[in-house]
Amino acid sequence: MKLKRSLAPTLLILTLLLGASLLYGLMQSLGYLTIIGEKELSLTAYQNLISGQGTAGREFWASLGFSLWVSIVSTILSAIGALFLATLLNRRPSNFDTFALNWNLAFPHLVWGVFMLLLLAQSGLLARWAGALGIIQSPADFPVLVRDRYGIGIILTYLGKEIPFLTLLILALLRTQSDGYLLVAQNLGANAWQRFRLVTLPLVRPALVSGSLLVFAYIFGAYEVPALLGVRYPRTLPVLALESFTNPDLRARAEGMAISLIIAFIVLMIAGFARAKEELQG
Amino acid sequence: MKKLLIWIALLAPLLTLGLFALSKGWFYPEPFPAQLTPEAFSRLISDTRTLKAIIDSLLLAVLVSLLSLIIGYPAARAIGTQDFPAKKYVWLAIFLPTVVPPLAIGMGMSILALQTGLSGTPFGIILAHIVPTLPYTVFTLAGVFARYDENYEYQALALGASPTRIFFAITLHLLAPGLAVAGLFAFLISWSQYLLTLLVGGGRVLTLPVLLFSAVSGGNPTTISALSLLFLAPPVLIIAATARFLGENPNSVHERI
Repeated sequence: MKLKRSLAPTLLILTLLLGASLLYGLMQSLGYLTIIGEKELSLTAYQNLISGQGTAGREFWASLGFSLWVSIVSTILSAIGALFLATLLNRRPSNFDTFALNWNLAFPHLVWGVFMLLLLAQSGLLARWAGALGIIQSPADFPVLVRDRYGIGIILTYLGKEIPFLTLLILALLRTQSDGYLLVAQNLGANAWQRFRLVTLPLVRPALVSGSLLVFAYIFGAYEVPALLGVRYPRTLPVLALESFTNPDLRARAEGMAISLIIAFIVLMIAGFARAKEELQG
Repeated sequence: MKKLLIWIALLAPLLTLGLFALSKGWFYPEPFPAQLTPEAFSRLISDTRTLKAIIDSLLLAVLVSLLSLIIGYPAARAIGTQDFPAKKYVWLAIFLPTVVPPLAIGMGMSILALQTGLSGTPFGIILAHIVPTLPYTVFTLAGVFARYDENYEYQALALGASPTRIFFAITLHLLAPGLAVAGLFAFLISWSQYLLTLLVGGGRVLTLPVLLFSAVSGGNPTTISALSLLFLAPPVLIIAATARFLGENPNSVHERI
């Protein structure tokens, strides 16, 4: 009895709020719009998305492709960068190294995105320096690195945030391992690359894979960074979803809500997969 | 060499934001501002809308973290100190809100809030923020309770102390660092929350991230940088204060800010 009383407040609040929100969202995506007196449920919004019709649906497949591109590239480059950084920090990071990595985590994604804009825009800090040094003649000569067609600015922003995060995950794992394997490998004449490939990599792979899946799921569902550093077309799915949802055309709302639920579904599948993988490995 | 690179990575964002925030009439291709002036900050601080946003954000984050601690405490204690058959499912129910993207929760919740009349009210915003903060509070506190020795409490009980006295003299005392870390995490998540505030606030509740976001669309680098630095101050202080704890178990709090 006491157990139930302890758990009840947290569980009730979370499941009620989450459940009610998702239920209202689902109803709206099925066209239940009391504002315009629509009370019939239909799958029109979902059909529009799949067939590429409708206000938001027209962009659905392009947005899905763009979202996948941004999330996959950011995740893979972050994982490689983190592996490199963790190896460089030599598995025994000083307090200073750990502090530097944590320092980065303190920057909200929003602020990190602002930093990237100030740094990389065509009249940003780097462009100003290049101009002062005579490397470029006008701002237009500076490469388009933010608000660009290929999402380079978005990807660079995520790299700056996710590499330190994954590095910390890897370092935390390495700290619990003894140096034994590495010493044995070294003793047997393994060079640095062999030690990395045959000892370190297998040790950190489980943590790196589940960490990367988390990063992917986060980026795939995140709104702020692509909204700040993206272009009008193509937009990532979350940006398309929110902008359709706030569209004065009320019929676009159902499509926006449907996109948002599709994102949530994909993210849940990936997170569930990562969790299952973790449990299998103990 | 390595140390120099780390210093650069550490300071570049702050210096860039600082340079822009203190600049005035700084344009391409001047490499540095001709003069540095704190004008942007004094302008922001004397602007009633910004000032209100700062105070509202602080109040909101403090209230949300206190509520998360109070609501999450019993659950965290049960999870951390007891074994029970449904534990796995309880974890799952608490874990779920951290995985569903705030976008999906927020869009559904904005409709819910409109229909219940909570849209744009302080209570509605607090409820919305609790969804992402409560799970992290419970995670962190459950970890603290897993290493907590309840025998101190039994001993006090045996010596005739009242439950209230035990709570304040022993439990609170022993748990203070863990409670502080859990509270600070909740503060951090609430403070940085943009989407839920926007959607449940219906655009009427202006917190610092909401102001910052609309400033970025406006595009004055000096104002944007000054706002960013104001927004950044509490997270940086909090992470510096909890760095030791974070270093030992990096978790995904960072993915929520």
